[in-house]
Amino acid sequence: MTTPNAGMKSIWFFVGLMLLIIGTLIFLAGIVDFVSPPEHKTVLAGTHPAIWWSLLMIASGGVFLFTHRNKRHDV
Amino acid sequence: MPTISLGFIDWLIVATYFGVVLGLGYYLKRFTKNEEDFFLAGRKNSSWVAGLAFLSANLGALELLGMTGNTFKYGMYVAHFYWIGAIPAMLFLGIYMMPFYYSSKIKSIPGYLKLRFDEKTRVLNGISFALMTLLVSGINLYAMALVLHTFLGWDWNVSMWASAVTVAAYVTMSGLMSAIFTEIIQFFLIWFGLFLVSILGIMEIGSPAEIMSRIPPTFATLWSTSGDPSQNGMMITWAGIVLGLGFVLSFGYWTTDFLVVQRAFSAKDLRSARNTPILASFFKMALPFIVIFAGLIALALSRDPNSGFALVQEGGVTNYDSALPLLIVRYYPSGLVGLGVTALLAGFMAGQAGNISAFNTVWTYDIYRSVLNRKASDTHLLWMGRAATIVGIVLSIGTAYWAKSFPSIMDYMQAIFSWVNAPLFATMLLGMFVWWITPNGAFWGLIGGMGTSIVLFFAVKYQWIENSAITLSSPASEMAANFWRAWWAWLVCFALTILISLVTRRKPKEELVGLVKGLTPEVHDESVPFYKKPEFAAIVSLIILVILNIVFW
Repeated sequence: MTTPNAGMKSIWFFVGLMLLIIGTLIFLAGIVDFVSPPEHKTVLAGTHPAIWWSLLMIASGGVFLFTHRNKRHDV
Repeated sequence: MPTISLGFIDWLIVATYFGVVLGLGYYLKRFTKNEEDFFLAGRKNSSWVAGLAFLSANLGALELLGMTGNTFKYGMYVAHFYWIGAIPAMLFLGIYMMPFYYSSKIKSIPGYLKLRFDEKTRVLNGISFALMTLLVSGINLYAMALVLHTFLGWDWNVSMWASAVTVAAYVTMSGLMSAIFTEIIQFFLIWFGLFLVSILGIMEIGSPAEIMSRIPPTFATLWSTSGDPSQNGMMITWAGIVLGLGFVLSFGYWTTDFLVVQRAFSAKDLRSARNTPILASFFKMALPFIVIFAGLIALALSRDPNSGFALVQEGGVTNYDSALPLLIVRYYPSGLVGLGVTALLAGFMAGQAGNISAFNTVWTYDIYRSVLNRKASDTHLLWMGRAATIVGIVLSIGTAYWAKSFPSIMDYMQAIFSWVNAPLFATMLLGMFVWWITPNGAFWGLIGGMGTSIVLFFAVKYQWIENSAITLSSPASEMAANFWRAWWAWLVCFALTILISLVTRRKPKEELVGLVKGLTPEVHDESVPFYKKPEFAAIVSLIILVILNIVFW
């Protein structure tokens, strides 16, 4: 029997996709700031939070995307 | 304060969010074929999906900004909103109330009132809920535009219309399903977008213990100063916290407000529906690690003259809502700023979508089909749901413009919840657990409770009586008055409902099977291992709640 959302991709797939895209954009911004530091520096700028935080986002997004690439929504 | 300026990548992140939510609405439209898909997301969600949506529907950006600011103002006491002010009610909903809600196959909370009592109680609650939802939705829209204008310098009209039109587009396309999907995306954006503030704050100051040592001792406790209202920032006693917030307001909101409970109705089976609020309780307990920590970090920094941190002053009045945006400006470089702003935007828009998806359901089932067109077909109801979404958004925009010209309407927002939800909890509690409560008892009790709350609100506002007359202690803050007003409204509704039920006609017991405890056979799923049962998760949640309260006592 076909359920109303048969074939619908899992929400976790979209969560992974979004984390991956946004994480990558932040990582790029972090690299730009690392190579060419901005004039106005934020507090703790030396720890480069954009780089390590975006890597965490990319890793989380990758896990969501990979583990739910073929799953339906209701699982 | 200097406005937060966005660079190219920050704008790209904001645009990505808009693209994802609109794309999701379009993608999900093909799976929205009938009214059950539109209003109940096809009843196909796992408890994780429904649970995160349940939590996120309540997790608006206004709450994040407001609660961070309140922590700056009142200290750790604000954690009561997340712990005693939420967890017991969420667990009670999952363990005791959900079986009646879910098994009766209702589509809304007013729908339960119709089955348990009668049509007039349903319509009374349906109309008051619809009005509350539109009012809150409009005020939220106004507040969002105000925040975006103040902190980002964005044009008031553009930000309001852009977000309202986006929400209208994706909710109209696929109803509750798209609202739930975007709420889950919002959940992750908020954690990734705002938790970093707490991490960087701790890194700058040194440790959580160092933060606590830099704030006034009375701001660092949860209960130990609650015996004397003059000894805590919130100016409230433990009785006000327990009775007003922990019992009436919390249970009134989490167990009867259709905006959140609707997410549990979308679960695929009864066990998933019962697990929905219980799973959400774990994440709710974790939220203070964003909100409370950020508020305490802002407070600790503001007490250090070398930090250069101070909240915004407007005409000599401190803008407490500026705490979180100022921390974002302090710590977030390019890219992360875009993420932080997107998290706030997502909070605003998901809150808007939650209000509108609850409104279109209550309007369609409890007002339109119940009063105006009893013979409406499923296809017609689906059309009506989509039309109600657009009309709801238009009315919200109208309310937002009204709020702009009448800003004191914001003062009413907190009060509105105690007008509608606090007495409704007494009606629900009696209705579900006492079989001889009558339709007339419920109706007039509800009217009496709502009336009490409204009269007390205006009596204090126009100084006919003092706050302390309601709170039974002095001094008393506005927050304390809110808690106690909810308590009196609940008590009046509870007492009136019982008294009137003693002298009015009861419904036959056979009509109440499946709706009232004691008349409904209890179903035990013996095939499920104990650790997958809702009761087990609820006990674990309760233990964590007790530990947190002891640690921060």
